[in-house]
Amino acid sequence: MITMTKSAKGPSRNPIARLFRWFFYRGHGDSPFKRLLIHITLIIACVIAVYPVLRVVTISLRPNDTLLTTSLRIIPENATLDNYKKVLFGDAAEHRKSDFFLWIVNSFSVVLVTSVISVILAAVSAYAFSRFKFRGRAVGLVFLLTTQMIPAGMLLLPIFIMLAKLKMINSVLGLIIAYAVTSVPLTIWTLKGYYDTIPVDLEEAALIDGASRLTVFTNIILPLSTPALAIAFLFSFMGGWSEYLVARVVLQKNELFTWPLGIFTFAQDFTVSWGQFAAASVMIAIPVMVLFLYSSKWLISGLTLGSVKG
Amino acid sequence: MENQSLYRRYLPIVLWAAGILGVYFLLQALIAPFSEGITLTLSIFLSRLSQIGSFLFSILAGLALIEIYCYQFFFRQPKSRTKTIITRTIQGFIALVILLGIISFFETTDLIRLGTGFVASILRSPVTVFNAIRDFIYQNGIAYEENTGLIAGIFVGVLLLGLLAIIQFLSSPKISRNGLPYLLVLPAFLGILFLIIYPFLFEIRLAFSNASLGTQATKNASYGLIYGWQNLVTLFTGNVAKDAKFVDVFLRTILWTLINVTFHIAGGMGLALLLNRPMKLQGFYRTLLVFPWAIPTTIAAMALRNEFDNRYGLFNILLSDLQTWLTSLGQHTASLVGIGNMFAFLGQHIGPVSWKQDPFWAFVSICISNIWLGIPFMSVIILGGLQSISQEYYEAAEIDGASKFAQWRFITIPLIRPVLTPAIVLGVVWTFNKFDVIWLITQGGPQEKTDILVSSMYKAAFQFYRYGFTAMFALVIFIFLLLFTLMFLRMSGGLKSATD
Repeated sequence: MITMTKSAKGPSRNPIARLFRWFFYRGHGDSPFKRLLIHITLIIACVIAVYPVLRVVTISLRPNDTLLTTSLRIIPENATLDNYKKVLFGDAAEHRKSDFFLWIVNSFSVVLVTSVISVILAAVSAYAFSRFKFRGRAVGLVFLLTTQMIPAGMLLLPIFIMLAKLKMINSVLGLIIAYAVTSVPLTIWTLKGYYDTIPVDLEEAALIDGASRLTVFTNIILPLSTPALAIAFLFSFMGGWSEYLVARVVLQKNELFTWPLGIFTFAQDFTVSWGQFAAASVMIAIPVMVLFLYSSKWLISGLTLGSVKG
Repeated sequence: MENQSLYRRYLPIVLWAAGILGVYFLLQALIAPFSEGITLTLSIFLSRLSQIGSFLFSILAGLALIEIYCYQFFFRQPKSRTKTIITRTIQGFIALVILLGIISFFETTDLIRLGTGFVASILRSPVTVFNAIRDFIYQNGIAYEENTGLIAGIFVGVLLLGLLAIIQFLSSPKISRNGLPYLLVLPAFLGILFLIIYPFLFEIRLAFSNASLGTQATKNASYGLIYGWQNLVTLFTGNVAKDAKFVDVFLRTILWTLINVTFHIAGGMGLALLLNRPMKLQGFYRTLLVFPWAIPTTIAAMALRNEFDNRYGLFNILLSDLQTWLTSLGQHTASLVGIGNMFAFLGQHIGPVSWKQDPFWAFVSICISNIWLGIPFMSVIILGGLQSISQEYYEAAEIDGASKFAQWRFITIPLIRPVLTPAIVLGVVWTFNKFDVIWLITQGGPQEKTDILVSSMYKAAFQFYRYGFTAMFALVIFIFLLLFTLMFLRMSGGLKSATD
C-alpha cells in the first residue's frame, strides 16, 4: 500500500518541498527528522558516558609539569608514557618501588577463590532449587533474596570482629570470606533461573535410560549451562574485583593491599601522583572493560534470567 | 578420521601451552630489566599461591567430608543389628565432635563465654585435642610453623574419612527420595549459615552490648537489655557518627535514594526506548553507553572525585567556560534590551561552584556521580524487557488509533512490569546501601553533610569504634529495608512467579 503511494508520487525535485516532506514525514515508521533527533540524543548520551572515562586516559598521558591544566583536549600536548612506567616499574629517582604487580596478584587471588567457591556451591544448590520439590524450597529462595536486603556494611562489623578473633585480619583469607557473603546468594538465583530454562525432557530421557541423577547433572546440565556458569563466575569476579570498603577494613598491611586500596594511595590529592593514579586505572580498567563489553550480551541475559524471570 | 580427531583433541592444548609460554617469556623479557623496581617477587607469589591453594583445598575437603557423612545418612543402611550399633555409635561420635567444634568456634569468636569449669573444658575438648596434634607436629618438625594447622587438619580429615569408610563398609545402599536435593543444597546452606546467619546473630547480640574500643571490642563488653535500650536512645537522640543526627541523615538517605532511583529509571527507560528500534549504529551506541557500568566503580568514583576539583576539575572548567561565554554573549547583545540583560544575569549567576566545601553542591556531586554510574545498568535491564515484547501488540494498537503515549502506558509498562518490579526493589535497596561512591568522593564531608545512613554506620564502626551502637544502628536500617521490601512486594505482587 505505502510503497505504492510513494512510487506514484515519485521523488520531488523541489528542494524546499523535499525539506518540507522530510520535516513533516507522514509515512510508516519514524520520520527522518525524528531519526536524526534520536541519533543526536544518543550521541550526546554517548559523549556523556564516555568523556569522563577518556579524561582518565588523557590525564594518564600528561607530563608531570602540565598535570594541573584547564585544557579539555583528549590527547594532551607533549603526551608521554612516563606515568605508566613509574606505576609499573617504580621511580628510580625517588627510590620508590612499585607495588602494582603485588596489588594485582593480591586482588586476583582473593577474587578468583571467591568466585570459584561461590560458583561451585551455587551450581550445585541451584540445581536442587530448580529441579526438586523439597520441603523448605520456597522459604530458602525467599531467604536468599532477603539476604540482599542486608546492608553491605551491616554484616561487616560482626564479620570483622569474627575475623579478628580468628586472627584472620590482615589476611587475604579473611577478605575471601567477607566477599563470599554477598556473592553466593545472588549466584544461586542467577543459576537457578538458567537451569529453569533447560527442558526437563532431556534429563528424563537420560534417567529412563538408566543414568543416575549425578551423571545427569555432570553430563547434561553442567555442559548445557556453561554460559550461565561463566556469567555467574564473571558476576562474582566483577563484584569483588573493584571492592574498596570491605578491603579497607580487613587489610591494613601495605603488602596485602588489593588494587583499589593501592591506587587510592595515589589518588589522595590533586597532586603529582594523580597522573600515576590515572595510568594505573587505565591499565586495570582496560582488560576488565574489554571482558565486560565482550560478554555484556550474555551478562544481560543472565541478569534478566536470574533476577527477573525466576 | 582417527588422526584428525587426535589432532583436534591435542591442538588446543598445545596452542594454550605455547601461548602461556609465550606470555611468560614476553613478561620475562619486558619486566626483568626493571625487576629491582618491583616489590612482587617470585617467593611472595608462590607463598600467596600456596596459601590460597591450601585454603581452597581445606574448604572443599571439609565440605566433601560433611557431604559423605550426610550421604550415608540418606543412602546407606546398616546390614545387621551389631553393625547398626557400630554405625550409629560412629555417627553419633562424629556428630558430637562437630557439635563441640561449633561450640568452641562460638567461644573463639566471643559469641558465648564458657568460663573455666569442668563442663567448659569438656566442651572445649576438640579444640584442645586439635591444638595438641598441632603442637606435636610442630615440635617434631614435620611441617613449618605456618603449615601446622593445615597438616593437623589433613590428619583429622583422614581420621574422619577412615571412620566414614568403616560405615560405608558396614552398610548397604538404600533408596531415598528426598536425600539428593538436601545433599545438593547442603554446601551452600552451610556457607550461608556461617557467613550470614551466624554474623547476623552475632550482630543482634552485639546490639545489646556496650562493646567499643574501650572494652577492647567484645573482650570486656557487658551484655544486657539495658545496653540495647541505651544504644537505641543514642541512635535516635544522640549523634550518629560525630555530630550528625539520625533524622537528618535518614531524610538525606531517603532523598538520595529517591533522586538516584528516579533518575536511573527515567534515564534508563529513555535510553532503552531510544535504542529499542531498528536503526543504524545500534550496537555502537549500546557499547558506548554501558561504559560507566563497565568501568570498575572504584576507578570511576576516584576519577570523578578529581573532576569535582575546584580549579582543575572538568565540571568547574565547563562551568567557568560557560560563564565566560555567557558574559561575552551578554556584552555582544547588550544593545538588545532584555536578551543582553538576561545573558549578563546568567553570566553572573552561573559559574564555578565549590563542590567540596558547600554541603549542597557536595550532595549534588555525589548524586551526579551515582546517576552517571547507574543509568547503564537500568537501561540494559529495561531494554532486555522491551525486546521481549512482541511487535504485534503495537501494530494492533496502531490500527485502533492509540497514541504513542497510550501505547507506552498501556502496552509497554504492563508488559515490562515483571522486569521493572524487581529492578526497582533491588535498585532502591542497593542505592540505599550503596555508599562506596559517597565514601570515595566526599567521605561524607563537609561536616558529615553528605553522609547517608550506611556511611554513618561505617564511620561509627571503623572511625569511632562504637561497636555495640553500630550493631543496633545496622539492625534498625535492616528493619526499615525489610519493611519497605515487604510493602512493595505486597503492593505489586512481585515475586510470586519467581518462587514456584
